Amino acid sequence: MTEIVDEQISEMHLCEECAREKSVHMEQQFGLADLLAGLTDFGKQVKETEKVNLKCTSCSMTYDDFRKFGRLGCSECYSSFRSHLSTLLKKIHGSNHHLGKAPMRVPQGQKQIIENLHDLKIRLMKAIEMEDFEEAARLRDKIHEIEKDESNETG
Amino acid sequence: MKLDDLINNTGEWLKGIGTYSNIVMSSRIRLARNLSKRAFPNKASKKELGDVLQLVDEAIQKADYFNNALFIRIHEIDNVDKQFLIERHLMSHEHATNPEGKALVVSPEEILSVMINEEDHLRLQVMRSGLNLHESWKIMNGIDDVLSQHLDYAYSINWGYLTACPTNTGTAMRGSVMLHLPALVMTKQINKVLAAIAKLSFASRGFYGEGTQASGNFYQISNQVAMGHSEEDVLQNINGLIRQIIDQEEQARQALLVQNRSMLEDKIFRSFGVLRSAHIISSQETVELLSMVRLGIDLEIVKDVDRKAINELFIMIQPAHLQKLEGKKLTASERDAKRASLIRKNLGGS
Repeated sequence: MTEIVDEQISEMHLCEECAREKSVHMEQQFGLADLLAGLTDFGKQVKETEKVNLKCTSCSMTYDDFRKFGRLGCSECYSSFRSHLSTLLKKIHGSNHHLGKAPMRVPQGQKQIIENLHDLKIRLMKAIEMEDFEEAARLRDKIHEIEKDESNETG
Repeated sequence: MKLDDLINNTGEWLKGIGTYSNIVMSSRIRLARNLSKRAFPNKASKKELGDVLQLVDEAIQKADYFNNALFIRIHEIDNVDKQFLIERHLMSHEHATNPEGKALVVSPEEILSVMINEEDHLRLQVMRSGLNLHESWKIMNGIDDVLSQHLDYAYSINWGYLTACPTNTGTAMRGSVMLHLPALVMTKQINKVLAAIAKLSFASRGFYGEGTQASGNFYQISNQVAMGHSEEDVLQNINGLIRQIIDQEEQARQALLVQNRSMLEDKIFRSFGVLRSAHIISSQETVELLSMVRLGIDLEIVKDVDRKAINELFIMIQPAHLQKLEGKKLTASERDAKRASLIRKNLGGS
Protein backbone atom coordinates (compact mmCIF):
# COMPACT_ATOMS: atom_id res chain seq x y z
CA MET A 1 0.00 0.00 0.00
CA THR A 2 1.05 3.62 -0.53
CA GLU A 3 0.94 6.13 2.28
CA ILE A 4 1.43 9.87 1.94
CA VAL A 5 2.61 11.67 5.10
CA ASP A 6 3.57 15.36 4.82
CA GLU A 7 4.10 14.96 1.10
CA GLN A 8 6.42 12.03 1.74
CA ILE A 9 5.26 9.08 -0.23
CA SER A 10 6.16 5.78 1.32
CA GLU A 11 5.24 2.36 0.15
CA MET A 12 4.57 -0.38 2.66
CA HIS A 13 4.41 -4.05 2.03
CA LEU A 14 2.10 -5.65 4.52
CA CYS A 15 0.91 -9.15 5.11
CA GLU A 16 -2.82 -9.62 4.87
CA GLU A 17 -3.39 -9.42 8.60
CA CYS A 18 -1.38 -6.23 9.13
CA ALA A 19 -3.11 -4.69 6.14
CA ARG A 20 -6.46 -5.40 7.68
CA GLU A 21 -5.40 -3.84 10.97
CA LYS A 22 -4.00 -0.85 9.20
CA SER A 23 -7.18 -0.33 7.23
CA VAL A 24 -9.33 -0.43 10.37
CA HIS A 25 -7.10 2.24 11.85
CA MET A 26 -7.43 4.34 8.73
CA GLU A 27 -11.20 4.06 8.72
CA GLN A 28 -11.24 5.46 12.23
CA GLN A 29 -9.15 8.42 11.14
CA PHE A 30 -11.27 9.19 8.14
CA GLY A 31 -14.61 10.14 9.60
CA LEU A 32 -17.77 10.70 7.64
CA ALA A 33 -17.14 14.45 7.54
CA ASP A 34 -13.83 13.89 5.78
CA LEU A 35 -15.41 11.49 3.39
CA LEU A 36 -18.11 14.00 2.53
CA ALA A 37 -15.59 16.80 2.28
CA GLY A 38 -13.60 14.62 -0.10
CA LEU A 39 -16.68 13.96 -2.18
CA THR A 40 -17.64 17.61 -2.43
CA ASP A 41 -14.13 18.53 -3.50
CA PHE A 42 -14.14 15.80 -6.03
CA GLY A 43 -15.67 16.89 -9.33
CA LYS A 44 -16.25 20.54 -8.78
CA GLN A 45 -13.50 23.11 -8.33
CA VAL A 46 -14.88 25.63 -5.84
CA LYS A 47 -13.46 29.10 -6.39
CA GLU A 48 -12.15 31.01 -3.33
CA THR A 49 -14.72 33.77 -3.76
CA GLU A 50 -17.60 31.36 -4.28
CA LYS A 51 -16.72 29.56 -1.03
CA VAL A 52 -17.30 32.58 1.17
CA ASN A 53 -20.52 33.66 -0.48
CA LEU A 54 -22.42 30.44 0.04
CA LYS A 55 -24.44 30.88 3.18
CA CYS A 56 -27.86 29.53 4.10
CA THR A 57 -30.41 32.33 4.11
CA SER A 58 -32.34 30.76 6.96
CA CYS A 59 -29.85 29.32 9.51
CA SER A 60 -26.75 31.19 8.25
CA MET A 61 -24.68 28.02 7.98
CA THR A 62 -21.93 28.39 5.38
CA TYR A 63 -21.10 25.75 2.81
CA ASP A 64 -17.58 25.65 4.27
CA ASP A 65 -19.03 24.75 7.69
CA PHE A 66 -20.99 21.99 6.08
CA ARG A 67 -17.86 20.64 4.43
CA LYS A 68 -16.07 20.70 7.75
CA PHE A 69 -18.76 19.00 9.87
CA GLY A 70 -20.67 17.00 7.28
CA ARG A 71 -24.03 18.13 8.65
CA LEU A 72 -26.46 20.68 7.25
CA GLY A 73 -28.07 23.30 9.48
CA CYS A 74 -31.73 23.26 8.42
CA SER A 75 -34.03 22.21 5.59
CA GLU A 76 -33.46 25.55 3.82
CA CYS A 77 -29.75 24.71 3.41
CA TYR A 78 -30.92 22.40 0.64
CA SER A 79 -32.18 25.42 -1.32
CA SER A 80 -29.22 27.64 -0.44
CA PHE A 81 -26.63 25.06 -1.57
CA ARG A 82 -28.84 23.55 -4.29
CA SER A 83 -26.38 23.07 -7.13
CA HIS A 84 -23.53 21.79 -4.93
CA LEU A 85 -25.80 19.39 -3.09
CA SER A 86 -27.31 18.10 -6.30
CA THR A 87 -23.87 16.91 -7.41
CA LEU A 88 -23.03 15.57 -3.96
CA LEU A 89 -26.29 13.61 -3.61
CA LYS A 90 -25.72 12.00 -6.97
CA LYS A 91 -22.24 10.92 -5.86
CA ILE A 92 -23.47 9.49 -2.59
CA HIS A 93 -26.58 7.71 -3.79
CA GLY A 94 -25.89 7.17 -7.48
CA SER A 95 -29.04 9.17 -8.17
CA ASN A 96 -30.49 12.51 -7.12
CA HIS A 97 -34.13 11.62 -7.66
CA HIS A 98 -36.35 10.66 -4.76
CA LEU A 99 -38.53 7.67 -5.67
CA GLY A 100 -40.00 6.97 -2.27
CA LYS A 101 -43.07 8.07 -0.37
CA ALA A 102 -44.35 11.56 0.41
CA PRO A 103 -45.85 13.00 3.61
CA MET A 104 -49.65 13.05 3.99
CA ARG A 105 -49.66 16.78 4.59
CA VAL A 106 -48.19 18.78 1.69
CA PRO A 107 -49.33 22.20 0.42
CA GLN A 108 -52.45 22.21 -1.81
CA GLY A 109 -51.59 21.48 -5.44
CA GLN A 110 -48.26 19.84 -4.60
CA LYS A 111 -49.87 16.48 -3.94
CA GLN A 112 -50.88 16.20 -7.60
CA ILE A 113 -47.39 17.16 -8.77
CA ILE A 114 -45.77 14.63 -6.44
CA GLU A 115 -48.00 11.82 -7.64
CA ASN A 116 -47.53 12.78 -11.28
CA LEU A 117 -43.76 12.93 -10.93
CA HIS A 118 -43.62 9.65 -9.04
CA ASP A 119 -45.66 7.99 -11.78
CA LEU A 120 -43.36 9.37 -14.50
CA LYS A 121 -40.23 8.16 -12.68
CA ILE A 122 -41.60 4.66 -12.33
CA ARG A 123 -42.49 4.63 -16.04
CA LEU A 124 -38.98 5.87 -16.86
CA MET A 125 -37.39 3.01 -14.91
CA LYS A 126 -39.63 0.53 -16.71
CA ALA A 127 -38.82 2.05 -20.11
CA ILE A 128 -35.10 1.73 -19.40
CA GLU A 129 -35.59 -1.84 -18.29
CA MET A 130 -37.47 -2.62 -21.52
CA GLU A 131 -34.75 -0.79 -23.49
CA ASP A 132 -37.37 1.51 -24.99
CA PHE A 133 -34.97 4.44 -25.15
CA GLU A 134 -37.18 6.70 -27.23
CA GLU A 135 -39.88 6.57 -24.59
CA ALA A 136 -37.26 6.90 -21.84
CA ALA A 137 -35.86 10.09 -23.35
CA ARG A 138 -39.34 11.56 -23.67
CA LEU A 139 -40.15 10.74 -20.04
CA ARG A 140 -36.80 12.07 -18.85
CA ASP A 141 -37.40 15.45 -20.51
CA LYS A 142 -40.85 15.63 -19.00
CA ILE A 143 -39.48 14.89 -15.52
CA HIS A 144 -36.78 17.54 -15.91
CA GLU A 145 -39.38 20.07 -16.98
CA ILE A 146 -41.54 19.51 -13.91
CA GLU A 147 -38.56 19.43 -11.54
CA LYS A 148 -37.19 22.65 -13.00
CA ASP A 149 -40.51 24.40 -12.39
CA GLU A 150 -40.50 23.15 -8.83
CA SER A 151 -36.90 24.25 -8.14
CA ASN A 152 -37.71 27.74 -9.40
CA GLU A 153 -40.64 27.95 -7.05
CA THR A 154 -39.07 26.48 -3.94
CA GLY A 155 -35.42 27.39 -4.47
CA MET B 1 -45.03 2.54 31.90
CA LYS B 2 -41.87 3.57 33.76
CA LEU B 3 -38.22 3.23 32.74
CA ASP B 4 -37.52 0.83 35.61
CA ASP B 5 -40.25 -1.52 34.32
CA LEU B 6 -38.16 -2.29 31.23
CA ILE B 7 -35.64 -4.38 33.17
CA ASN B 8 -38.28 -7.00 34.02
CA ASN B 9 -38.78 -7.81 30.35
CA THR B 10 -36.86 -7.79 27.11
CA GLY B 11 -37.93 -6.46 23.72
CA GLU B 12 -40.02 -8.45 21.25
CA TRP B 13 -36.99 -8.61 18.94
CA LEU B 14 -35.17 -10.99 21.30
CA LYS B 15 -37.91 -13.61 21.36
CA GLY B 16 -36.18 -15.76 18.76
CA ILE B 17 -39.38 -16.15 16.72
CA GLY B 18 -40.29 -15.35 13.12
CA THR B 19 -38.79 -16.44 9.82
CA TYR B 20 -35.21 -17.76 9.85
CA SER B 21 -34.87 -16.92 13.53
CA ASN B 22 -32.11 -19.54 13.76
CA ILE B 23 -29.84 -17.22 11.79
CA VAL B 24 -31.64 -13.88 11.87
CA MET B 25 -31.78 -12.26 15.29
CA SER B 26 -33.84 -9.23 14.31
CA SER B 27 -34.98 -6.85 11.58
CA ARG B 28 -34.98 -3.12 12.05
CA ILE B 29 -36.23 -0.14 10.06
CA ARG B 30 -35.21 3.39 10.85
CA LEU B 31 -36.64 6.59 9.40
CA ALA B 32 -35.23 10.09 9.81
CA ARG B 33 -37.65 13.02 9.70
CA ASN B 34 -37.25 16.75 10.24
CA LEU B 35 -39.63 19.64 10.67
CA SER B 36 -39.68 22.15 7.87
CA LYS B 37 -37.82 25.45 8.23
CA ARG B 38 -36.52 24.74 11.74
CA ALA B 39 -32.83 24.43 12.61
CA PHE B 40 -31.63 20.83 12.75
CA PRO B 41 -30.66 19.76 16.31
CA ASN B 42 -26.92 20.38 15.83
CA LYS B 43 -27.63 24.00 14.89
CA ALA B 44 -30.65 24.64 17.13
CA SER B 45 -30.73 26.79 20.27
CA LYS B 46 -32.05 25.41 23.54
CA LYS B 47 -35.37 27.15 22.92
CA GLU B 48 -35.64 25.81 19.37
CA LEU B 49 -34.99 22.28 20.62
CA GLY B 50 -37.71 22.77 23.23
CA ASP B 51 -40.18 23.97 20.58
CA VAL B 52 -39.52 20.92 18.39
CA LEU B 53 -39.81 18.62 21.38
CA GLN B 54 -43.21 20.07 22.24
CA LEU B 55 -44.54 19.84 18.66
CA VAL B 56 -43.40 16.23 18.30
CA ASP B 57 -44.76 15.34 21.73
CA GLU B 58 -48.19 16.76 20.78
CA ALA B 59 -48.22 14.81 17.50
CA ILE B 60 -47.27 11.61 19.30
CA GLN B 61 -50.08 12.06 21.83
CA LYS B 62 -52.55 12.04 18.92
CA ALA B 63 -51.29 8.76 17.47
CA ASP B 64 -52.77 5.48 18.77
CA TYR B 65 -49.48 3.68 18.21
CA PHE B 66 -48.05 5.42 21.23
CA ASN B 67 -50.69 4.43 23.78
CA ASN B 68 -48.99 3.51 27.07
CA ALA B 69 -45.62 4.52 25.64
CA LEU B 70 -42.73 5.57 27.81
CA PHE B 71 -41.64 9.20 27.37
CA ILE B 72 -38.14 9.93 28.68
CA ARG B 73 -36.40 13.30 28.78
CA ILE B 74 -32.73 12.40 28.47
CA HIS B 75 -31.39 15.16 30.73
CA GLU B 76 -33.56 13.87 33.59
CA ILE B 77 -31.99 10.38 33.77
CA ASP B 78 -28.61 9.30 35.15
CA ASN B 79 -25.69 7.76 33.24
CA VAL B 80 -26.56 4.17 34.11
CA ASP B 81 -30.07 4.65 32.71
CA LYS B 82 -28.66 6.23 29.56
CA GLN B 83 -26.27 3.34 29.08
CA PHE B 84 -29.13 0.92 29.83
CA LEU B 85 -31.22 2.37 26.96
CA ILE B 86 -28.26 2.22 24.59
CA GLU B 87 -27.60 -1.42 25.53
CA ARG B 88 -31.22 -2.24 24.71
CA HIS B 89 -30.76 -0.75 21.21
CA LEU B 90 -33.41 1.86 21.97
CA MET B 91 -31.14 4.83 21.44
CA SER B 92 -27.70 5.82 20.17
CA HIS B 93 -24.55 6.99 21.96
CA GLU B 94 -24.96 10.30 20.19
CA HIS B 95 -28.38 10.72 21.83
CA ALA B 96 -26.88 10.28 25.30
CA THR B 97 -24.28 13.03 24.83
CA ASN B 98 -25.47 16.63 25.22
CA PRO B 99 -28.82 15.42 26.58
CA GLU B 100 -30.42 18.88 26.80
CA GLY B 101 -33.60 19.12 24.70
CA LYS B 102 -33.56 15.43 23.75
CA ALA B 103 -36.18 12.79 24.45
CA LEU B 104 -36.91 9.12 23.78
CA VAL B 105 -40.29 7.48 23.29
CA VAL B 106 -40.60 3.71 23.69
CA SER B 107 -43.70 1.65 22.92
CA PRO B 108 -44.70 -1.42 24.96
CA GLU B 109 -42.71 -4.52 23.91
CA GLU B 110 -40.10 -2.08 22.56
CA ILE B 111 -41.19 -2.63 18.96
CA LEU B 112 -41.26 1.09 18.28
CA SER B 113 -38.99 3.83 19.57
CA VAL B 114 -38.47 7.46 18.64
CA MET B 115 -35.42 9.58 19.37
CA ILE B 116 -36.35 13.25 19.39
CA ASN B 117 -33.61 15.78 18.56
CA GLU B 118 -30.81 13.34 17.88
CA GLU B 119 -29.05 14.13 14.58
CA ASP B 120 -32.49 14.77 13.04
CA HIS B 121 -35.65 16.02 14.75
CA LEU B 122 -37.12 12.53 14.64
CA ARG B 123 -35.49 9.14 14.37
CA LEU B 124 -38.15 6.45 14.30
CA GLN B 125 -37.23 2.81 14.79
CA VAL B 126 -39.26 -0.37 14.41
CA MET B 127 -37.58 -3.60 15.49
CA ARG B 128 -38.93 -7.14 15.15
CA SER B 129 -37.72 -10.64 15.80
CA GLY B 130 -36.56 -12.76 12.82
CA LEU B 131 -36.46 -11.76 9.15
CA ASN B 132 -39.42 -9.44 9.15
CA LEU B 133 -38.68 -6.32 7.10
CA HIS B 134 -42.00 -6.37 5.27
CA GLU B 135 -44.08 -6.37 8.45
CA SER B 136 -41.76 -3.83 10.08
CA TRP B 137 -42.19 -1.50 7.13
CA LYS B 138 -45.98 -1.77 7.33
CA ILE B 139 -45.87 -0.64 10.96
CA MET B 140 -43.34 2.09 10.25
CA ASN B 141 -45.16 3.42 7.21
CA GLY B 142 -48.41 3.65 9.15
CA ILE B 143 -46.81 5.56 12.03
CA ASP B 144 -45.02 7.87 9.65
CA ASP B 145 -48.28 8.65 7.80
CA VAL B 146 -50.09 9.48 11.03
CA LEU B 147 -47.28 11.73 12.31
CA SER B 148 -47.07 13.49 8.94
CA GLN B 149 -50.69 14.59 9.34
CA HIS B 150 -49.76 16.52 12.47
CA LEU B 151 -46.23 17.72 11.65
CA ASP B 152 -44.84 19.76 8.76
CA TYR B 153 -42.06 17.54 7.50
CA ALA B 154 -39.08 18.96 5.61
CA TYR B 155 -39.67 17.45 2.18
CA SER B 156 -38.68 18.29 -1.37
CA ILE B 157 -40.36 16.89 -4.47
CA ASN B 158 -36.99 16.21 -6.11
CA TRP B 159 -35.00 15.07 -3.11
CA GLY B 160 -37.52 13.56 -0.73
CA TYR B 161 -37.06 13.86 3.03
CA LEU B 162 -34.40 16.42 3.95
CA THR B 163 -32.00 15.31 6.66
CA ALA B 164 -29.02 16.78 8.53
CA CYS B 165 -26.66 14.39 6.77
CA PRO B 166 -26.95 14.07 2.97
CA THR B 167 -26.23 10.34 3.17
CA ASN B 168 -29.79 9.96 4.49
CA THR B 169 -31.55 12.40 2.14
CA GLY B 170 -34.30 10.82 0.04
CA THR B 171 -36.24 8.04 1.68
CA ALA B 172 -34.20 8.71 4.87
CA MET B 173 -34.80 5.02 5.52
CA ARG B 174 -32.33 2.43 6.69
CA GLY B 175 -33.36 -1.19 6.85
CA SER B 176 -31.06 -3.52 8.72
CA VAL B 177 -30.94 -7.17 9.62
CA MET B 178 -28.91 -8.69 12.45
CA LEU B 179 -27.42 -12.04 11.45
CA HIS B 180 -25.70 -14.68 13.54
CA LEU B 181 -23.04 -16.24 11.29
CA PRO B 182 -20.82 -18.50 13.40
CA ALA B 183 -20.31 -21.16 10.72
CA LEU B 184 -19.18 -18.64 8.10
CA VAL B 185 -16.68 -17.31 10.65
CA MET B 186 -15.44 -20.78 11.66
CA THR B 187 -15.02 -21.87 8.05
CA LYS B 188 -13.18 -18.58 7.35
CA GLN B 189 -15.59 -17.52 4.61
CA ILE B 190 -16.91 -14.44 6.39
CA ASN B 191 -14.51 -11.92 4.84
CA LYS B 192 -15.49 -13.04 1.37
CA VAL B 193 -19.14 -12.53 2.27
CA LEU B 194 -18.49 -9.11 3.82
CA ALA B 195 -16.51 -8.02 0.77
CA ALA B 196 -19.41 -9.00 -1.48
CA ILE B 197 -21.81 -7.06 0.74
CA ALA B 198 -19.65 -3.94 0.53
CA LYS B 199 -19.43 -4.25 -3.24
CA LEU B 200 -23.22 -4.19 -3.42
CA SER B 201 -23.28 -0.91 -1.46
CA PHE B 202 -24.56 -2.40 1.75
CA ALA B 203 -22.94 -1.72 5.12
CA SER B 204 -22.07 -4.25 7.81
CA ARG B 205 -21.53 -3.50 11.48
CA GLY B 206 -21.30 -5.32 14.81
CA PHE B 207 -23.99 -6.27 17.31
CA TYR B 208 -23.36 -3.38 19.63
CA GLY B 209 -23.93 -0.63 17.07
CA GLU B 210 -22.16 1.87 14.92
CA GLY B 211 -18.38 1.72 14.96
CA THR B 212 -18.24 -1.57 16.86
CA GLN B 213 -16.42 -4.68 15.75
CA ALA B 214 -18.43 -7.78 15.16
CA SER B 215 -18.59 -9.79 18.34
CA GLY B 216 -20.37 -13.02 19.11
CA ASN B 217 -20.38 -13.65 15.34
CA PHE B 218 -23.18 -11.10 14.85
CA TYR B 219 -23.28 -8.92 11.77
CA GLN B 220 -25.74 -6.16 11.07
CA ILE B 221 -26.34 -5.59 7.37
CA SER B 222 -28.04 -2.41 6.13
CA ASN B 223 -28.62 -0.36 3.00
CA GLN B 224 -26.49 2.72 2.31
CA VAL B 225 -28.39 4.30 -0.53
CA ALA B 226 -31.50 6.41 0.07
CA MET B 227 -32.27 7.86 -3.37
CA GLY B 228 -33.29 6.48 -6.73
CA HIS B 229 -35.27 3.59 -5.22
CA SER B 230 -38.57 3.34 -3.37
CA GLU B 231 -38.62 2.12 0.22
CA GLU B 232 -40.18 -1.19 -0.83
CA ASP B 233 -37.51 -1.77 -3.49
CA VAL B 234 -34.69 -1.10 -1.04
CA LEU B 235 -36.18 -3.50 1.49
CA GLN B 236 -36.74 -6.14 -1.17
CA ASN B 237 -33.08 -5.83 -2.16
CA ILE B 238 -31.92 -6.26 1.42
CA ASN B 239 -34.23 -9.22 1.78
CA GLY B 240 -32.78 -10.88 -1.32
CA LEU B 241 -29.23 -10.34 -0.12
CA ILE B 242 -30.03 -11.64 3.36
CA ARG B 243 -31.63 -14.78 1.91
CA GLN B 244 -28.40 -15.51 0.05
CA ILE B 245 -26.28 -15.02 3.17
CA ILE B 246 -28.64 -17.31 5.10
CA ASP B 247 -28.14 -20.00 2.43
CA GLN B 248 -24.36 -19.66 2.74
CA GLU B 249 -24.49 -19.91 6.52
CA GLU B 250 -26.77 -22.98 6.30
CA GLN B 251 -24.34 -24.66 3.92
CA ALA B 252 -21.36 -23.85 6.14
CA ARG B 253 -23.23 -25.29 9.15
CA GLN B 254 -23.97 -28.50 7.26
CA ALA B 255 -20.34 -28.76 6.15
CA LEU B 256 -19.17 -28.39 9.75
CA LEU B 257 -21.60 -31.08 10.87
CA VAL B 258 -20.48 -33.50 8.20
CA GLN B 259 -16.73 -32.88 8.38
CA ASN B 260 -16.12 -31.90 12.00
CA ARG B 261 -19.09 -33.01 14.04
CA SER B 262 -17.24 -34.18 17.13
CA MET B 263 -15.02 -31.09 17.29
CA LEU B 264 -18.07 -28.87 16.84
CA GLU B 265 -19.98 -30.68 19.58
CA ASP B 266 -16.97 -30.43 21.86
CA LYS B 267 -16.67 -26.67 21.31
CA ILE B 268 -20.38 -26.16 21.93
CA PHE B 269 -20.57 -28.28 25.09
CA ARG B 270 -17.38 -26.75 26.52
CA SER B 271 -18.89 -23.29 25.96
CA PHE B 272 -22.12 -24.37 27.64
CA GLY B 273 -20.13 -25.89 30.49
CA VAL B 274 -18.13 -22.73 31.17
CA LEU B 275 -21.23 -20.56 31.08
CA ARG B 276 -23.03 -22.86 33.54
CA SER B 277 -20.18 -23.06 36.00
CA ALA B 278 -18.08 -19.87 35.85
CA HIS B 279 -18.11 -17.58 38.88
CA ILE B 280 -16.28 -14.70 37.23
CA ILE B 281 -16.68 -13.91 33.54
CA SER B 282 -16.04 -10.91 31.24
CA SER B 283 -18.63 -9.73 28.73
CA GLN B 284 -16.34 -10.47 25.79
CA GLU B 285 -15.86 -14.11 26.85
CA THR B 286 -19.59 -14.44 27.56
CA VAL B 287 -20.58 -13.22 24.13
CA GLU B 288 -18.24 -15.65 22.36
CA LEU B 289 -19.51 -18.60 24.43
CA LEU B 290 -23.18 -17.63 24.05
CA SER B 291 -22.66 -17.58 20.31
CA MET B 292 -21.51 -21.21 20.39
CA VAL B 293 -24.45 -22.29 22.55
CA ARG B 294 -26.87 -20.47 20.24
CA LEU B 295 -25.40 -22.44 17.33
CA GLY B 296 -25.78 -25.60 19.44
CA ILE B 297 -29.49 -24.89 19.88
CA ASP B 298 -29.98 -24.27 16.13
CA LEU B 299 -28.28 -27.59 15.32
CA GLU B 300 -30.24 -29.41 18.03
CA ILE B 301 -27.03 -30.31 19.81
CA VAL B 302 -28.07 -28.36 22.91
CA LYS B 303 -31.62 -29.24 23.88
CA ASP B 304 -32.24 -28.14 27.47
CA VAL B 305 -32.26 -24.40 26.90
CA ASP B 306 -34.23 -22.28 24.43
CA ARG B 307 -33.08 -19.62 21.99
CA LYS B 308 -34.94 -16.82 23.76
CA ALA B 309 -32.96 -17.37 26.96
CA ILE B 310 -29.69 -17.09 25.05
CA ASN B 311 -30.82 -14.06 23.02
CA GLU B 312 -31.83 -12.24 26.19
CA LEU B 313 -28.48 -12.90 27.81
CA PHE B 314 -26.67 -11.06 25.02
CA ILE B 315 -28.45 -7.94 26.30
CA MET B 316 -28.72 -8.67 30.02
CA ILE B 317 -25.00 -9.31 30.60
CA GLN B 318 -24.02 -5.75 29.68
CA PRO B 319 -22.77 -3.37 32.42
CA ALA B 320 -25.79 -1.08 32.86
CA HIS B 321 -28.21 -4.03 32.78
CA LEU B 322 -26.31 -5.81 35.55
CA GLN B 323 -26.36 -2.63 37.64
CA LYS B 324 -30.09 -2.12 37.08
CA LEU B 325 -30.71 -5.73 38.12
CA GLU B 326 -28.61 -5.29 41.25
CA GLY B 327 -30.18 -1.90 41.97
CA LYS B 328 -26.81 -0.22 42.60
CA LYS B 329 -23.52 0.74 40.99
CA LEU B 330 -21.03 -2.11 40.54
CA THR B 331 -17.28 -2.03 39.90
CA ALA B 332 -15.90 -3.93 36.91
CA SER B 333 -14.90 -6.93 39.02
CA GLU B 334 -18.25 -6.94 40.84
CA ARG B 335 -19.94 -6.96 37.44
CA ASP B 336 -17.92 -9.98 36.30
CA ALA B 337 -19.20 -11.89 39.35
CA LYS B 338 -22.78 -10.66 38.96
CA ARG B 339 -22.68 -11.58 35.24
CA ALA B 340 -21.53 -15.12 36.02
CA SER B 341 -24.24 -15.62 38.63
CA LEU B 342 -26.97 -14.30 36.32
CA ILE B 343 -25.86 -16.68 33.55
CA ARG B 344 -25.74 -19.66 35.91
CA LYS B 345 -29.24 -18.84 37.13
CA ASN B 346 -30.70 -18.41 33.61
CA LEU B 347 -29.01 -21.48 32.14
CA GLY B 348 -29.70 -23.82 35.05
CA GLY B 349 -26.08 -24.08 36.16
CA SER B 350 -24.67 -25.05 39.54
